[in-house]
Amino acid sequence: MGETVKTKKKAFERVMQSATWAAAVITIGVLVLIVGFVLVRGVPHLKPSLFALRYTSDNVSLMPALISTVIMTAAALIIAVPLGVFAAIYLAEYARRGNRVVAVIRMTTETLSGIPSIVYGLFGGLFFVVALGWGYSVLAGAFTLSIMILPLVMRSSEEALNAVPDMYREGAFGLGAGKLRTVFRIVLPAAMRGILAGVILAVGRIVGETAALIYTAGTVAQVPSNPLQSARTLSVHMYSLSSEGLHTDEGYATAVVLLVLVVVINAVSARIAKRLGGGDK
Amino acid sequence: MNCFEIKDLNLHYGTFQALHHINMDIAAGEITAFIGPSGCGKSTLLKTLNRMNDLVEGCKITGSVTLYGEDIYAASDVNLLRKRVGMVFQRSNPFPMSIYDNIAFGPRTHGVKSRLELDRIVEESLRAAAIWDEVKDRLKKSALSLSGGQQQRMCIARALAVSPEVLLMDEPTSALDPISTEKIEELLLTVREKYSIIIVTHNMQQAARVSDKTAFFLTGEVVEHDSTETIFAMPHDQRTEDYITGRFG
Ligand SMILES: Nc1ncnc2c1ncn2[C@@H]1O[C@H](COP(=O)(O)OP(=O)(O)OP(=O)(O)O)[C@@H](O)[C@H]1O
Ligand SMILES: [Mg+2]
Repeated sequence: MGETVKTKKKAFERVMQSATWAAAVITIGVLVLIVGFVLVRGVPHLKPSLFALRYTSDNVSLMPALISTVIMTAAALIIAVPLGVFAAIYLAEYARRGNRVVAVIRMTTETLSGIPSIVYGLFGGLFFVVALGWGYSVLAGAFTLSIMILPLVMRSSEEALNAVPDMYREGAFGLGAGKLRTVFRIVLPAAMRGILAGVILAVGRIVGETAALIYTAGTVAQVPSNPLQSARTLSVHMYSLSSEGLHTDEGYATAVVLLVLVVVINAVSARIAKRLGGGDK
Repeated sequence: MNCFEIKDLNLHYGTFQALHHINMDIAAGEITAFIGPSGCGKSTLLKTLNRMNDLVEGCKITGSVTLYGEDIYAASDVNLLRKRVGMVFQRSNPFPMSIYDNIAFGPRTHGVKSRLELDRIVEESLRAAAIWDEVKDRLKKSALSLSGGQQQRMCIARALAVSPEVLLMDEPTSALDPISTEKIEELLLTVREKYSIIIVTHNMQQAARVSDKTAFFLTGEVVEHDSTETIFAMPHDQRTEDYITGRFG
């Protein structure tokens, strides 16, 4: 009797072990397959002309799109990060617990973060492009993206702030520091790592975004010379190339660059996080 | 002379009354120990003395607490009060920054900017807390790299850095090993001349060793408050005697 239970248990354990192992292998396998596929198809087509500063229909240069991606990301972050972090500070540090407004804000952000990006794109198109008359522009794109990532930034910042132990706050108050000083000198630095993690996720969403940009920033393939000009990011560029179907090889080469960009962004932010965490465990 | 005079203090957390009619004068320039079983209100009373209870929602206080004659609950500047009445917590709570910045945080808060002045305060405070020799070569290192006992002494140094008049300590050694505890007790005896100290402790021997006065608490009331000798040698109240001889709680 006891024996069978034991063997049953053992068999169950073995099944579960194989299942987790299989899941891990499949996950890694899929990742390797995709990356490998992109590299094999893309790397041979990487050529200097792809990095020309001006785009022409002959060279299908990705350089303007690369530059636009950096501009677009920076602009969206400049708008969304301060707003999101300050809102999070309000929610986590100032709003009273059980406050109605806070509950509503939380529900709204949760809902917003679940909305497909095309919806943001359509809204941005109607509001920034048409109603405000900005036209297809970097500005309209950046604002649309910043609305899109705001819930993410806010939520992760709030979580990071809530994760800061109350001991730190008590310690600061106990030394006679006011609320403002406590929040900005003690709590915020301690939460920086977590906030940054949210920002990195947001960067990832921006770099990978197409739907929210097509109706707001347009698809012009040159480096924009002012914020009211249209521009395309790398992802939009790839989308255009593959939907036109004329430059599939260059499309794959662009994908390689996008891949490298994402890896670089992750590496840089990991390094920043490490440096910021200097005083941390 | 008294630093604190507490008159008919009642404290409620919501509907629960945690302190009942506390009347107590706390002598300046002495070490006062609060003893009593868990949940009797020692920490609560300690936190009313620097208005840390202001942070607790639903905490209501009646009666009066004066610090050298001034009503601390009438005064508007809580931050100034907390500068004058420092606090060391049960669990050491170094900020996640360098040792130097930890100590300098308080003085900077209160307007000290000069590097020279800060250097002096940092060294003096760390010396007073008997930890200077252990950390003088690593002031720029994270305070979290210190051992538990060192962290607690650093927190004491941090509290001393704003030159408080009174130091409140809530079971400052309860999480520490005997050697660290001894170091902290020694440092208490060396700084007692400059500060009035109130220390909550569960350790009878500790109260007997370091304090001049002892107050025994039971269910939100002060049963007996007298010189430590009297409390430990010939308490007037049967309940105090029972507690001290270990017959309850
Ligand atoms: N924030 C709070 N909200 C509600 N009740 C509280 C709060 N803080 C303390 N109490 C209650 O008040 C009473 C006194 O608590 P206090 O922390 O002062 O006890 P203590 O004497 O310090 O105990 P210990 O020796 O365990 O630290 C306890 O019954 C406790 O449950
Ligand atoms: Mg306590």
